[in-house]
Amino acid sequence: MENLISAEHLAFRYPGVDGTPDVPVFENLNLSIQEGSFVAILGTNGCGKSTLAKHFNAILLPTGGKMYVCGIDTSQIERLMAVRRNVGMVFQNPDNQIVANVVEEDVAFGPENLGIASPEIRRRVDMALKQVGMYEYREHAPHLLSGGQKQRIAIAGVIAMEPKCIVLDEPTAMLDPQGRKDVIDTVKKLNKDKGITVVLITHHMDEAAQADRVVVLNKGTVAADGTPREVFSQVKLLHGIGLAAPQGVELCWALNQQGYQLPLTTLEPEECAQALYDWIKA
Amino acid sequence: MEPILQVKNLSYVYSAGTPFEHKALDAVNFTLHRGEFIGVIGHTGSGKSTLMQQLNGLLKPTSGQVLLNGVDIWSDKQTTRQARFQVGLVFQYPEYQLFEETVYKDIAFGPKNMGLDEREVDRRVREAAGFVGITDRQLQASPFDLSGGQKRRVAIAGVIAMEPELLILDEPTAGLDPVGRAEILGNIESYRKAKNATVMMVSHSMEDVARMTDRLLVLYGSRLIMDAPPAEVFAHAGELVNMGLDIPKVTQIFLDLKEMGLDVENVYTLEQAVRQLLRLKEGKGRA
Amino acid sequence: MLKDITLGQFFPGHSALHRMDPRTKLILTVVYIVALFVAQNWISYLVMLVFLLTCIRISSIPPKSIVRGMKPLVFILVFTGILNLFYTDGGEELVRFGSLAITTQGVKRALFMIWRILMLISGTFLLTYTTSPISLTDGLESLLNPLKRLHVPVHELAMMMSIALRFIPTLIEETDKIMNAQKARGADFETGSILQRAKALVPILVPLFISAFRRADELATAMECRCYQGGEGRTKMKLLRFTRIDLVAFGVCSCLVAAVSVLAAFGL
Repeated sequence: MENLISAEHLAFRYPGVDGTPDVPVFENLNLSIQEGSFVAILGTNGCGKSTLAKHFNAILLPTGGKMYVCGIDTSQIERLMAVRRNVGMVFQNPDNQIVANVVEEDVAFGPENLGIASPEIRRRVDMALKQVGMYEYREHAPHLLSGGQKQRIAIAGVIAMEPKCIVLDEPTAMLDPQGRKDVIDTVKKLNKDKGITVVLITHHMDEAAQADRVVVLNKGTVAADGTPREVFSQVKLLHGIGLAAPQGVELCWALNQQGYQLPLTTLEPEECAQALYDWIKA
Repeated sequence: MEPILQVKNLSYVYSAGTPFEHKALDAVNFTLHRGEFIGVIGHTGSGKSTLMQQLNGLLKPTSGQVLLNGVDIWSDKQTTRQARFQVGLVFQYPEYQLFEETVYKDIAFGPKNMGLDEREVDRRVREAAGFVGITDRQLQASPFDLSGGQKRRVAIAGVIAMEPELLILDEPTAGLDPVGRAEILGNIESYRKAKNATVMMVSHSMEDVARMTDRLLVLYGSRLIMDAPPAEVFAHAGELVNMGLDIPKVTQIFLDLKEMGLDVENVYTLEQAVRQLLRLKEGKGRA
Repeated sequence: MLKDITLGQFFPGHSALHRMDPRTKLILTVVYIVALFVAQNWISYLVMLVFLLTCIRISSIPPKSIVRGMKPLVFILVFTGILNLFYTDGGEELVRFGSLAITTQGVKRALFMIWRILMLISGTFLLTYTTSPISLTDGLESLLNPLKRLHVPVHELAMMMSIALRFIPTLIEETDKIMNAQKARGADFETGSILQRAKALVPILVPLFISAFRRADELATAMECRCYQGGEGRTKMKLLRFTRIDLVAFGVCSCLVAAVSVLAAFGL
């Protein structure tokens, strides 16, 4: 599989304000995202995950090293639109992404910017809304919708541009549990059914556990990188960073501190129950 | 334990008489005692926010009463105004309400509105700042120079500075990462212990309420349908799930174990789960 | 009270008025207002009123919403009415207060003034209630397009307007939240002198402005991420097209203007 996004020796520092020193975020980060994958980037606040996400569609440019998106060097300003056509972004605040007063008009905003012909925009908008399950709301006013519904509209607005990849920067931070579930289910479906590459920035363990690959960032470096099971079994590492593993894993880990050897890969409650049952009966 | 707040048959209807009429609260009854830590859970739209605003006099009941220390808070204007200070309400994302030039001045807003003299205001500001871990240096800074988590703590300090007997917080950990959540919850607990205050917390995190609360109020469809300690509430796991609520993952695991035939009791915290499992395993081992 | 501000609100629907091209509606609103000022006396006013009520009926907008939108304007209406009541000469004197007198002419003028303003406001409401803000700004942009040759930033102005309208309900909701949060800390917006009440607004305005700037910044970033580059090369999903409904509307309004002008010429 192709590398859709590639950070090579990425360095970035936020410029200091009013004479304060620059704030370095990355010194030498190397990370690739394969096309078609669903990657979660996990970490506490301040680890650099949002900063990294903003490099993926050239909102920020590296101060050192290179960022490649679909083979394009993001520092080539003249190719900015090509980068953004291919990598769409959904932000944390559902309200501050919605431009229009009617759902379908907002979803059409992206394609309209790309100069696409009117009937084709209509087709894309309808398809995008159906893919996120919001087609019946197409003529509604967005501000009357719930947070989860607004985020799905934002996602539709991005996929209407038919990008290769969607980056979601803590999209569920301001949502209630139902909204969170709807958003994560939607992006999972888009990844599985449509092959869209999904990069999910989050600090929620249970969301990251649904990805194919979890990258844990700590103070601007990659602390762990693998499947959810591989990453969440490294409980001590996670604790050291300020994260926790899913409760099932934490439970087995706590028992292991008493000398037992339970597996640390039981992400789901049923798996954990099964492992505990076998252990008790042994 | 002495009761400090009683809610009697409280009902509230939004936009009564219009096509948008909506009964947000329906005959709610409960009592809060001094020093208790109460959790409020319920699906979005179940009336939690409306209930919070009834308790400090921001909203007036359509019918029913709210009694603070035995007195109806709507008996006269003075009492209603006092209720604002005795019942401190921290809204969701409170960091968006900061407005003063310095953190000190913002925290002092509440005490100043109470008409206290400068020395008392100063004492309260510094004490509140202490509870949430805001340093003296930060007190002199502009609130807008702080991080999101720090701003939130300043906002909470602004309410604590009024020294409310009842502190109500609407999802105080919303949007924070695990480290931030632990900090805020720790701050709340230290305030409660130091002042023997009653705390009421609305939350979607079942793990948080399971760990910290003495009692849970469960709202569903504008009604209060459960009022019991966490152990009892989470024992009704199936009903909670049907109401659109989560249960702590450990509770789910133990329900699965029960179904598989193991002799386990309901748990709702990690520590309880570990203790029970070890007893079970070691019990077997010894046999 | 904040919830009563229906300014800029759009009620989606499929009535004939909804389906009209926004340019038609914009032009005809201007024509309607002109007709309102041409109308002289009882009969022409009645004709205008019948026209207005028919339009409201066709639009399926609940009349209650129109009435609700007038609430903030009651003060202006009363003020205008009183001015006209007392400061009009002519006709029989009815009552006198020292140097001020109420005459029959005064009563008539006050009545007509209020009537005219009410109809003017209702007409404008009909426009905004049946036309989504984006359609409105698309229509405006299209009509003002010729001005581009004079280097007027027509697209940018239209975009500014449409975003402002879209955020009105959101900012109102936020103001409500901020007010409640400050009230919970003992802020009082109701008592005190004008100066005190103005000062009491600071805890609302500062967070509101800061929030507005933050929103603007985030929105601008989100728009750029969706490849917004200004008006150059932009297409539209909903193309503006004149249809039969628009022709009919132009026809009806022409008749209206003709009728009212004729009536005015005869002093009716």
